[in-house]
Amino acid sequence: MRPQIHPSPSGTRDVLPDEMRELRDITEAVRSIFEHDGYGEVWTPALEYEAVLARGGGAPPAYRVFDDHGEVLALRTDMTVPIARLVATRFATAEPPLRFCYFAHAYRGVRPHRGQMREFLQAGIELVGAAAPQGTAEVLTVLHHALDAVGLRDFRIGLGDASLYPMLLRSHDVPEGAVELLMDTLVRRDFVALEAELGRLGLADDAAELLLRVPQIRGGPEVLKDAGGSVADAVAGLTGLYELLSPEVAERVIFDLGLVRKMGYYTGAVFDVYDPALGAPLGGGGHYDDLLGRFGRPLPAVGFALTIDRLHIALTGEEKGAEA
Amino acid sequence: MTTPPPTSDLVIAVPRGALMRETLDRLDAIGIDTAEVRSNDRKLLFADIGVVTMRPSDVPTYVEAGAADVGITGKDVLKEQPEREVYELLDLGYGRCEMVLATVDGPDPSVEALRRLGVMRVGTKYYKTAIAYFEETGRQAEIVEVKGSVELAPLTGLVDAIVDLTATGTTLRENHLVIRESIYVSTARLIANPVSYKLKAAAIDAMLEKLRAP
Repeated sequence: MRPQIHPSPSGTRDVLPDEMRELRDITEAVRSIFEHDGYGEVWTPALEYEAVLARGGGAPPAYRVFDDHGEVLALRTDMTVPIARLVATRFATAEPPLRFCYFAHAYRGVRPHRGQMREFLQAGIELVGAAAPQGTAEVLTVLHHALDAVGLRDFRIGLGDASLYPMLLRSHDVPEGAVELLMDTLVRRDFVALEAELGRLGLADDAAELLLRVPQIRGGPEVLKDAGGSVADAVAGLTGLYELLSPEVAERVIFDLGLVRKMGYYTGAVFDVYDPALGAPLGGGGHYDDLLGRFGRPLPAVGFALTIDRLHIALTGEEKGAEA
Repeated sequence: MTTPPPTSDLVIAVPRGALMRETLDRLDAIGIDTAEVRSNDRKLLFADIGVVTMRPSDVPTYVEAGAADVGITGKDVLKEQPEREVYELLDLGYGRCEMVLATVDGPDPSVEALRRLGVMRVGTKYYKTAIAYFEETGRQAEIVEVKGSVELAPLTGLVDAIVDLTATGTTLRENHLVIRESIYVSTARLIANPVSYKLKAAAIDAMLEKLRAP
């Protein structure tokens, strides 16, 4: 008899027991680290009011429904915005710092491919009410512990500052309208377009050269020292953060002065996690000052999210590489 | 930190077809010996020099997945695949051609179609480029995707106009087609995988510097 085929929606998939056991090993390893480091696990609804997500300013939701009152609901696109809502409403008077972790699915309207489904499981933490750079250093330490516990050996953490390039542009009197356009090209790392747009601004040659060169700077701590001039002020925050990191975390760091994350809420340090076994980041995060204020509890916060599927792919890739 | 790997540790995706010869010339000029690639037309993978060869439109696919660290392809290909997560590092300048809107000679049939029927029919291999262009210019167009010679479509009345890439304009002229509008100019670009760009920064920067040198 021919089996009947009932497809699941594009960008979703089933997980069967063999794979599930491996995924469980990963999430359990990460969960034990989060719990040990003082991050209590929370659940929030997969569905939020669309207005709540819009207030947070994360990735635009891809799936919307009406409820029985005609309200527009949307599937969350990350956990950072729901946790901001949760902190403001459920912990309105709690004494910071607050530490939360989560293991939750998020939903985005992406082009589905390996490691990037429309429904994807994230593991992450949020540290609310701890100022930079101490808070960022703590979160990077937890991140290192978690990746280590998963069994990844070759991972690196790309570290940048979301405020660095806008600050640099403004210090060279680049008009506000152009700042947005230039940031947009930098998010895509379209350096050809960046060079063309900088050329249109009519800046002095050395200023244009600097503004094109700085976002391409990446490497060890020596690149911060070499930066010099007007860039030295901009990287002072990163230097301060780096000094707080323990040696085993610090040796994983690659500074990336052009690092800009797509989520609009980051205001300070931002980071991505890379592994040579996968062509896309395993996850990332950063520091955000304004997001909780949008929900009425103005506190600085920092967090990260790791995509479990990508950890799994990188782990199997590293195992394959070790056998070869 | 370990010493940076030599440039040859990069896997480079090289486009076959019109861009291939100049791409290999540029690789030779920066010290990658491509003699074997030139002499062997069927082989696709050249592990010794880290070169893989493929259709230009496959280059972003390999680079996005990290199967190649860097690659060379036309801007026309990148514009047609805007969702690919690759970094565009350098305009290499060669392989210059132009994306144009063309119609048959004489009175412009696309203007007539827009005026009387409200919609112009446009044949192209560059579906996304065409959709975006008519949206930007505020015209209603029905895009007819063809795989083979686009020049045939307006001659047979299948479409009112075509959106196509032209280097010299010879093929258009031979088919009595004239360029009505220029959409953009395309050249060869160096692209990189986002993770390789960080983890192999030294090798990629060394390659960039050599490619930039006049």
